[in-house]
Amino acid sequence: MNEDQLRIGFIPLADAAALTIAVDKGFSAAEGLAIDLVREVSWSNVRDKLNIGLFDAAHLLAPLAIASSLGVGHLKMPLIVPMMLGLNGNAITVSPGLHEALAGAAVGDLADPVSSARALARVIAARRTRGEEVLTFGMTFPFSTHNYQLRLWMAAGGINPDEDVRLVVLPPPYMVDSLASRQVDGFCVGAPWNSLAVELGVGRILHFGCDIIARAPEKVLAVRANWAANRADALSRLLRAISRAADFINTPANLDEVARLLAAPNRLGVAPELVRSTIEGRLRRAIDGPVLAVPRYIQIGRDGAARPDPAHAAWLYAQMVRWKQAPQSIALLDAAKACFRPDLYDAVFGETVEAPDLPPDRIGAFFGPPFEADNISRYASMGKAPLWCV
Amino acid sequence: MALAIKIVIVDENPVRAVILADGLNEAGYRQVTHIKETRNLLANVYAIDPDVILIDLENPSRDVLAQMFQVSRVVKRPVAMFVDQSDTAAIEAAVDAGVSAYIVDGLKKERIKSILDLCISRFHAFARLQDELERAQTALSERKVIDRTKGILMKARKIGEADAYTLLRKTAMSENKKIAEVAQSVVTAAELLK
Repeated sequence: MNEDQLRIGFIPLADAAALTIAVDKGFSAAEGLAIDLVREVSWSNVRDKLNIGLFDAAHLLAPLAIASSLGVGHLKMPLIVPMMLGLNGNAITVSPGLHEALAGAAVGDLADPVSSARALARVIAARRTRGEEVLTFGMTFPFSTHNYQLRLWMAAGGINPDEDVRLVVLPPPYMVDSLASRQVDGFCVGAPWNSLAVELGVGRILHFGCDIIARAPEKVLAVRANWAANRADALSRLLRAISRAADFINTPANLDEVARLLAAPNRLGVAPELVRSTIEGRLRRAIDGPVLAVPRYIQIGRDGAARPDPAHAAWLYAQMVRWKQAPQSIALLDAAKACFRPDLYDAVFGETVEAPDLPPDRIGAFFGPPFEADNISRYASMGKAPLWCV
Repeated sequence: MALAIKIVIVDENPVRAVILADGLNEAGYRQVTHIKETRNLLANVYAIDPDVILIDLENPSRDVLAQMFQVSRVVKRPVAMFVDQSDTAAIEAAVDAGVSAYIVDGLKKERIKSILDLCISRFHAFARLQDELERAQTALSERKVIDRTKGILMKARKIGEADAYTLLRKTAMSENKKIAEVAQSVVTAAELLK
């Protein structure tokens, strides 16, 4: 078997696990792949280096792969997604001060995102009356589920995320510091940063990402469309290696080793216990709170999580349209769906059995009408305007 | 000739920022500001209201600038373009040099090209400088280890400095190693036997 050299970029986050374990446990070497994993500091770098060919493949934000393919927000480069690296894994974390204000304003259970969003609307209104500064929330990138989850949540409370709050991009490693120094009042970020804020006592997890979207398309393995065509064999081997790594990660007996490998300074560079509890979905909302079992907190290659779903691509494009990042057209919708390639996945793994508890619309948003992948006009036209009164 | 274009350099490396700013000044760009602090980056950038933003690729705050492409309350002057779609070669050269440019206003293409080219060459110049500095530092530390080894050998074997060096050189040759490597192992061994 020929030894194929691949350069693959990643961002230090828990959902890079299947990719890094594929290399660190030798699953890629067993497939005849010599992979040079490059840890990057920004999504912009990952995208640019993938687009211009410095990387063969990348761990990428799912919406960013679509934006790149559509030429939205940056240069156009057709990318495809033959495999998902992770579903879910985000959380919305707020400062203890804001949490207290929300608890005071909430009617009903604050753990219910509808109640918390309405409470946030009341807090915002009260702050406005008192002439206080608008609340600031951090997210990781304009084309990210973090941005969309925050907006979806806020919109459910009648909040206009472009007017009533300030949404700012922050690199994930800066999130916790920014919350501690009160530069932001809350954020939505991937694992393990929410738990780190909780451990340090500077934040409280208000909602796990899976409470907002049951099945959120989070990170993908992205490759250039022409690369996939030219290197079909290397791509198949890469998918097999990542799939074996995901199986390894999902075997409870391996978790100590997985946590140790992922915690390494050249991978995530955080405490192994934090990695372990993230993957297991054992999380605290607050430092003095109980450990909760959140089985769907992060899904790496289990319950059909690795198979790309064009409905997910359609949903992400609908978010871009809804929040005025992209124009609405059938052609763009079709192009977005065509980025996600279950056919390439099935060619390697055969027909896979779908998870038994899939939400009917495959997304499972906590609020709003069910998503229709073939008819986004109704959904997209919801726009920024508050639809529901507080 | 002073060119009325405001340029912001976002770089945590002060030396590289100076090298780049000097180059831009020499080329006639007088309104060059260096932002060292990446906290509140967007607010600082908007306070300056630049036409061009140059940022190094080692900077995690590069993603913060991605927000300038959005139309929202936070963003006052959305980025009209990065570099034209046809300029992929320019982008490749920039990424290769480790820098990225954001063009806030609709500048003429030639102007952007000249700024970007200057930026790329200065980044390369800095990389060479850093490389030379590293090599000089390595040479210096190797020199120190070799001197220490000579001292250890002179004392242990009661020989002169020239003989100590000859012994070191011969051992390195017969073991097919660099003199500095052999010297380092002698120093390590001497430490252990103390």
